[in-house]
This record gives sequence, structure tokens and C-alpha cells, in this order.
Amino acid sequence: MSSLTQSGAAAPEATDAEAGHRRQKSLSRIGLVVAVIAVAGLIAAPFFVYPVFLMTVLCFALFATAFNLLLGYVGLLSFGHAAFFGGAAYFAAHAAKVWGFEPLSAILVGAVGAGVMGLAVGALAIRRQGIYFAMVTLALSQMIFFIFLQAPFTHGEDGIQGVPRGDLLGLVDLNRPLNIYYFVLAVFLFGFFAVWRIVHSPFGHVLQAIRENENRAISLGYRVERYKLAAFVMSATIAGLAGAMKAIVLQIATLTDVAWQMSGEVVLMTLLGGMGTIFGPSLGAAVVVTMQNYFATSDVPVTVIIGVVFVLCVLLFRRGIVGEAIRLMKR
Amino acid sequence: MSATSSDAILSARGLTKEFFGFKAVNNVDLDVMEGTIHALIGPNGAGKTTVFNLLTKFLTPTEGRIVFRGEDITKVKPADVARLGLVRSFQISAVFPHLTVLDNVRVALQRKEGLAVQFWRSNRLLGRLNEEAERLIDAVGLSAFSAYDAAELPYGRKRALEIATTLALDPPVLLFDEPMAGMGAEDIGRISDLIRRIAKGRTVVMVEHNLNVVADLCDRVTVLARGEILAEGDYAAVSNDKRVREAYMGSEDE
Repeated sequence: MSSLTQSGAAAPEATDAEAGHRRQKSLSRIGLVVAVIAVAGLIAAPFFVYPVFLMTVLCFALFATAFNLLLGYVGLLSFGHAAFFGGAAYFAAHAAKVWGFEPLSAILVGAVGAGVMGLAVGALAIRRQGIYFAMVTLALSQMIFFIFLQAPFTHGEDGIQGVPRGDLLGLVDLNRPLNIYYFVLAVFLFGFFAVWRIVHSPFGHVLQAIRENENRAISLGYRVERYKLAAFVMSATIAGLAGAMKAIVLQIATLTDVAWQMSGEVVLMTLLGGMGTIFGPSLGAAVVVTMQNYFATSDVPVTVIIGVVFVLCVLLFRRGIVGEAIRLMKR
Repeated sequence: MSATSSDAILSARGLTKEFFGFKAVNNVDLDVMEGTIHALIGPNGAGKTTVFNLLTKFLTPTEGRIVFRGEDITKVKPADVARLGLVRSFQISAVFPHLTVLDNVRVALQRKEGLAVQFWRSNRLLGRLNEEAERLIDAVGLSAFSAYDAAELPYGRKRALEIATTLALDPPVLLFDEPMAGMGAEDIGRISDLIRRIAKGRTVVMVEHNLNVVADLCDRVTVLARGEILAEGDYAAVSNDKRVREAYMGSEDE
């Protein structure tokens, strides 16, 4: 990995460190500029692009961002995040349709429900590491899938259809395209900011240390299971926020969102965009959703295209789009 | 089981670790006196690192008891052992490779400052640890490197960083697992001086292969062979012990 490690006595000079500092600063300044442009673009976007498409992208972007909190910043590969995304969609849809909750409360029900599921799944999975962690999360999410398949309130194969968008806080009619779009954008930005804040917090600093060298973190007195579990619950809750929002936007909650393929899709989005980068997962989600939309009407099966893209990503740009861009800028 | 010595800060009685029937550590009694530098030596495979892992609870002993400052820690979890003040290093250098030198040390500092669980606040708060972190980094001679990723440091400096990080916890007892392994003469001198300096007012237990370092640095030496204690005493006594010469010095071909 690092060719400098073996450089022996040839110690790097302090002036290089200063340059490194400056590079780091200019990178974070670039990040700020990108963020401002992206937000401006998203505010203007519904006037140029079909809003439902944009909202779908935002839901998946938030999902991937939440997933990246775990994979990119704690180093935990969960292969069961669909359970939280799809589960929250069911909870929110049920709350909005059957209980008559207004949309924001319904979404909160979904997110909190996902968080509770995250606590249960995380508590069981966190004891294992690496591939075993992934297998445990997969197994538990499959159990959750079958619960949702059998539970009466999900209506099995039909799903919960005709979920009302309703009036936000009883005031704003979300059936109007621009209203719901800006609502979704606001929730997305909130979730995105939450992940950014967690990553760049004292807690996030400890998470990175655990990712870098877990035993060393333990030997410094950190009870790492608690940190990992907390991160797992946070990730599950924000993934739930995304799934709940999707149920309100598309007015439907189905088995597709809790199925294991969805868990795989979010892995792909995150890797494609760049795991461990703030913007990468959102970009990856945008690329994947766009491809799905575009190829849905063509003769080529979407799964084949996505498979090819995944292979290319792993072979040619392992750090993902944003990861490779950052590497080029650091040169 | 005999009683543990009252002057010992860290004691083990009847410490045994079995891996699938193989006794890697067999009935080891160990007393580490407060304020000493205590070496654990022995040929490869003698069980030195296993003893380390047992003392710091990274492994659970099959049998035996460990007492630290009068408290039985046999069933305490490794993170909590560290919190009690028994902090270890690892044979493979234990740094956080993709964090800067400054951040490596700040990770160790932030827990006791109550800055570990705050996920809703900015990590700029960690800036208040900078002064203490820089002081520790300076103490191990790494001031010029504080903005570097730990991975970029040469080997000897990584060990120095590891020591700075360990010192950040201000532990009464430090355990170093082969702190000089793989080092050139120049680095060995530097790290020896460093260990001597930080051992003032603390207790140090170290696994070490380099017998010159052991002779130079350590007050007391325990020799392990095949998982059992062969001899114990100061370096002069131990190095003249016939069994030790047979088991260890005789086979020394480094």
C-alpha cells in the first residue's frame, strides 16, 4: 500500500507535512464548493427533470449514504440493510394509510422502527467480524423478509398500495409535485448532514480508529462493541428514513424493498460512487438509478448492465468515482 | 495456589492457556514489582506473547488468576483492563495507519476528556487536545511529523508513535511486546532511552529478544521456555543459570 513505509532512515521533511496540511484544507474547500453547487443544482432540478425520478434518486442516495456510514467509516459490511430500508417503508406506509398519520410523522415512525430493528440485528451481528458479520446480517434480514411476507399488515405480494402523500403537518399539500420534491430534498439534506456530522465528530474519530485497528482501539480502553452497535443503529435509522420517504413518494411499499437484492444494490451504489467518501454513495445511487430507468425500456436486461458496471468498477476504479477523483487531486 | 505477593502491582498465579490440548502457557506464576522494568524472555514459541495476551485479557486463561493492584482481573474485558491502567502494545506496530500522527495520539486522549461519544458535535472540539498531544509527540521526537499519516512513518518512528499514544493514557503499567523487533541499532538506542525515561514512576513489562537491551534496561528477568518459567532474577543471575544457557542462550543464533 504505502511505498514510503520502507524508506528507512530517509525521513520525510517537515515542509512536506505543511504541504500535506494545505492539501487537506484545499480538499475540504473543494468539498464545500461541490456541496454548494450540488444543493443549488438540486433546488433548480425539478424545473428540468421529472421530479419523481429525482425523488427516487434522493431516496436511494440517502440509503447509500447511511450504508456508507457503516461500510466506509466503521469498516462493517452489512448485507442486510434492505431490512431497514424496506421495513421502514412498510411502517411508514401503514402509519400513513391505516393510522392516518401526516407524512412527516409517518416517516418518523418508519425511521424509528428501522432503528429498533437495527438495535436487534446489530446486537446479534456485531459480535462477528468480516465475512461472518456480513453472513449474520444477511441471515437476519432474510428472517425479517419472511416476517414481512407473512405479516397481514404488509399484504404479502401486493404490498401496501395507494399510500396517501397527505398534507405535511396538516399544512402543505404534498400531492403537488414541487411541494413534495422540496420536502424530500429537505429530508435528504437533513439525513445527509446527519451522516456528515457523525463522521466528522469526536465519536466519528473513534469509529475511524476502530476501522483502522480494532485491537489497538481496545487496548486504549475503547469498548468497541458499543461504538459499532451505536453506528449500526444510526445507519439503520437513516436507511429507514430513506425507505420511509420512498414509500410516501412512490405511494407504495413492497417486498422489493426488503428483499436481499436491495441489500446488494446499496453495496453496488456505495462502491461505485466511492466508499468512505461523503459524496460518493449519492453519486453512485444517481448512476445506478439512472441506468435502471434508462435500460428499463430497452431490450438489454438491466441486471446484465449493472453486473458489467460492477465488474468494471472492481477491475478499473476500485476506489469508486469520487474516491478516484480525490486520489487524482491529491497527486 | 499460593497467595500473591503484596508488593506486586501485577501478579499471575497458575496461569495456563490450552489451545486444543496444547499447553502454550503452563502454570505460570509471575510477580511484577511496582516501579520496575521487568523483561520476559525466552526462545521462539516459549509463550511470551501468549502470557502478554493473557495478562491483558486479549486471551482468556484456561486456568489461573490475574491480580492487578489488588483487584482480580481474571474475568475483566480487555478494554476495561486498559481503563484500569494496564495498557499494552502489540508485536506488529499498533498505530492507526491512515490517521495522522496527531490524530493517533488524540484518539487516546479523547476518551478521558469525555470526547468519545459525542456524535452530534464537530470534531474541531478535538483541537483542545492538541496541546497535550503535541507535548506527547514532542516527547518521543516526532514533532516534525505530526501532520503525516502514521503509515508514512519509518518503522522505528511508528514504534515511537505507539509509545506516545500509550503514554497518552498515563497508565501506571505499560506492557511492550518486542518494542525493538526489526529495528536498526540507531532506533534501538533511541527507543531504549525513551523506555528508560518513561519508566520513571511507572512499571514496565516487556517481551524482548535483544539481550543487550534486556541487560541494559531491565531490573528483573523472567525466562520462559515451552510455556513454563525456567528461571527468574536479575540479568546476571539469569544469564548464568545453567538451564537457561541450555534452553535459550545455546540456541541463540540471531
